Amino acid sequence: MKRREFLKRTTKATALAAVCGGTGWFFNNRQWFNYEPPMVSKHDFEVAPDNRLPQLTLTRDENHAAALHDALDAIGSIRRFVQPGERVTIKPNVGWDRTAAQAATTSPLLVGEMVRLCLEAGASKVIVTDVTCSEARRCFLRSGIWEAAEKAGAEVILPVQDDYIMMDLGGELLTTWPVLKHFVETDRLINMPIVKHHSLSSCTISMKNLYGILGGRRNQLHQEINQSIVDLASFSRPTLTVVDATRVLMRGGPQGGSLDDVNIEHTVMCATDQVAADARAAEFLGLDATRVGHIVLAEKAGLGTIDYRSVGYKENI
Amino acid sequence: MTIQTVRNLRRFSQVLFFVVFCWLILKTNFDIDIDPTTVSEITLPYPVSIALQFDPLVALATLLANGTLFKGLLWSLVILIPTIFIGRFFCGWVCPLGSLNHWISEIKSERLSFRGKGKIESNRYKKYQRIKYYIFLFVIAAALFGTLQTGLLDPLPLLTRSIGTVVLPATHAAADGALGWVKSFGIQPVSSAAQSVYDFVAPTLLNFRRVHFHGILTIALLFGSILVLNRVFTRFWCRGLCPLGAMLGIFSRYAIFGLQKDEKSCDHCNLCLLSCQGADNPDIGARWRQPECHLCLNCQAICPQGSLKFKFFPTLEGTTTNPPPVQKVDMSKRKVVASLAGGAALFPLLRSGDSFEVNANERLIRPPGSVAEDDFLARCIRCGQCMRVCPNNALHPTMLESGLEGIWTPILIARIGYCEPSCTLCGQVCPTGAILELTMTEKVGDKETPPNRIGTAFFDRGRCLPWAMATPCIVCEEWCPTSPKSIYLKEEVVLDREGNEVRVQRPYIDPNICTGCGACEFACPVVDRPAVYITSVGESRSPDNQLLLKRKKAVRTSQGDTV
Repeated sequence: MKRREFLKRTTKATALAAVCGGTGWFFNNRQWFNYEPPMVSKHDFEVAPDNRLPQLTLTRDENHAAALHDALDAIGSIRRFVQPGERVTIKPNVGWDRTAAQAATTSPLLVGEMVRLCLEAGASKVIVTDVTCSEARRCFLRSGIWEAAEKAGAEVILPVQDDYIMMDLGGELLTTWPVLKHFVETDRLINMPIVKHHSLSSCTISMKNLYGILGGRRNQLHQEINQSIVDLASFSRPTLTVVDATRVLMRGGPQGGSLDDVNIEHTVMCATDQVAADARAAEFLGLDATRVGHIVLAEKAGLGTIDYRSVGYKENI
Repeated sequence: MTIQTVRNLRRFSQVLFFVVFCWLILKTNFDIDIDPTTVSEITLPYPVSIALQFDPLVALATLLANGTLFKGLLWSLVILIPTIFIGRFFCGWVCPLGSLNHWISEIKSERLSFRGKGKIESNRYKKYQRIKYYIFLFVIAAALFGTLQTGLLDPLPLLTRSIGTVVLPATHAAADGALGWVKSFGIQPVSSAAQSVYDFVAPTLLNFRRVHFHGILTIALLFGSILVLNRVFTRFWCRGLCPLGAMLGIFSRYAIFGLQKDEKSCDHCNLCLLSCQGADNPDIGARWRQPECHLCLNCQAICPQGSLKFKFFPTLEGTTTNPPPVQKVDMSKRKVVASLAGGAALFPLLRSGDSFEVNANERLIRPPGSVAEDDFLARCIRCGQCMRVCPNNALHPTMLESGLEGIWTPILIARIGYCEPSCTLCGQVCPTGAILELTMTEKVGDKETPPNRIGTAFFDRGRCLPWAMATPCIVCEEWCPTSPKSIYLKEEVVLDREGNEVRVQRPYIDPNICTGCGACEFACPVVDRPAVYITSVGESRSPDNQLLLKRKKAVRTSQGDTV
């Protein structure tokens, strides 16, 4: 073998060995791609308390839009909650593939009206979304919320895999959990539940509605339903809660399906205290809030007051 | 009109039918607006399975297997009758799988780079081309006895199935993966550019949600093999294996249109053989074979001497150096008898064992509206349209759940998706009536009509949290969509390990109400093997696979069964 050839071949082999060794050394114990760090997002959207205003207002009116306007004006009008230029996320209950009349989902009329109010108050963008139980497209279509919200000028977002971010909820039970980003990457959050029966938690109203901000295997939350609701309510603090009690699902909740299970109440509530709102709304279902596990636990955790009359309650029936 | 114009028309026709075919599959999708104010029935705006109704093999085989031409299958005469007069125009001008094979065969490769002898030889008629006739006779004889196997190899169901369950879902996964990969670089302009490309193609190409299908690798393997074989022989599938091509070949027995060769002007350049798609011997000196010709017209278009002409009533006389064309299919009588006998023997082989009730997998949940199992297997062509349209990704191709006989027929896997009560899409797209179209009342039932049931739910009390572990749960009751709920609860005080009293609600099934939709199984938090699951017992389509005496009577009366 010639010296020249010997040098050539050994140099090539050594170079390849060096590349392999170098690559191994470089990546040893180190990940070559970085996951995006969890975003620092907001989850407390509450407005400053105002003692001159009630924390819970209720209006009964067969014109549901008028009922919403009246209840909202009594609690300080939309201008108290939405400032010009802000992004608003509205979270109705769109859990199931049901029509509005079946009372398993929030009234599309109220959602549309709320979108309009936010835009009139100067919101730069209004998003309507929910993490549904049944297939999202069907739920948003059949509930009528897709159509109503889009007509009113909102952007309706159906959750997709990439839209969840892992967040530390800081709860007793709920720690790291995937949250739909539109509920944390926004300026204002408006919770729009409907009043429904639920076999485990007795009722699904505003705090229970927050289940819908989570992705993941949330069916496990049922094992400690009261604590998990309270954990969620302590984590996610909506600017405003608008309770749709125009129709109330008395039995067969939370999915319903039969019109025989629906009571017509023509009532809309606005609240800055979710516990008070749930306590009042539970009465539609014939429940005593002091005996509903998660509402009692929420009061204990300092999230609000069950005795809603003591925190300023204005009723217009 | 010159021959070049006609050939270009053929090329245009191939592209057109291919695009329409793919478009129909893309539209087999819950991609429509519904009126949200009423519980109206969701209907698809297009007849998305119409391509399959033009398939004469589907029509013939289902007619033999179940005795009726299901609605719309009469369209197949639009293909069959012209074939009788002019030959296999469908293969060269219309068939989307044929066009795909055509295009893949023509991609330049080392095989084509040495034009000449090798390719000319491979394009002469070969004996392997008879295989398709034997396949055709085999599946037709099997169909006559009641087991429909044509769908496995019939090109239109095969391509529908392959695109719907393999190509499109895999494209979706690849697109999502590529997008995520590009975004992981973290370069903002690149990410947003990728996102806008994705957003541009998504509405047309991608499903509104990402779906996957159980065990599609077998479907992909067959489809991939068919495509790859084009690299060995031009249109190997069309020439040698396709049962629909065989059927059309047999039906062109009395065609009045064909190739006339002028021996005098020919200088034996063999260009016709080089471009031949069907390997039907267009050259002078060999018998032209009508049943093999796809009517692509390449030979006439390429012939520099003008010796080849397609015309009506070509002369059948030949000379010593140029034998006359044959219209007869190249099959020996013995092989015909053997193929038919083999197909006929298939049925007793498949069915002489245990009855369905014993043999069928208890998880063989058929789509809502399906007919009884023996009729189902005489109708289902495994096109996979029901799987593609299912908005919950609940329907999947079977592997062996319904035996070897029912491979790739639809099965509902509730763990992946449950049957939405308000949905009747699978029945709407079924081209052969294996799944009948239900009205909303027939699907969910009312006071007079019983609902359509696909099975019944059962609890595995050893795994259920309130039953076995003193832990509250009842997610199944929450999800149960019937009204009133089929799952009811009883509150009980149980003792935990320390002896503390715990109040739990324990779920029970009311089999009188349960429709077997599988929402409970889908939602059960016991992830790996759910504590509530559906099995096929109680399904509306079977008078025998029943649990309750009362229901048995009802099913029998509704089906007019007097046994």
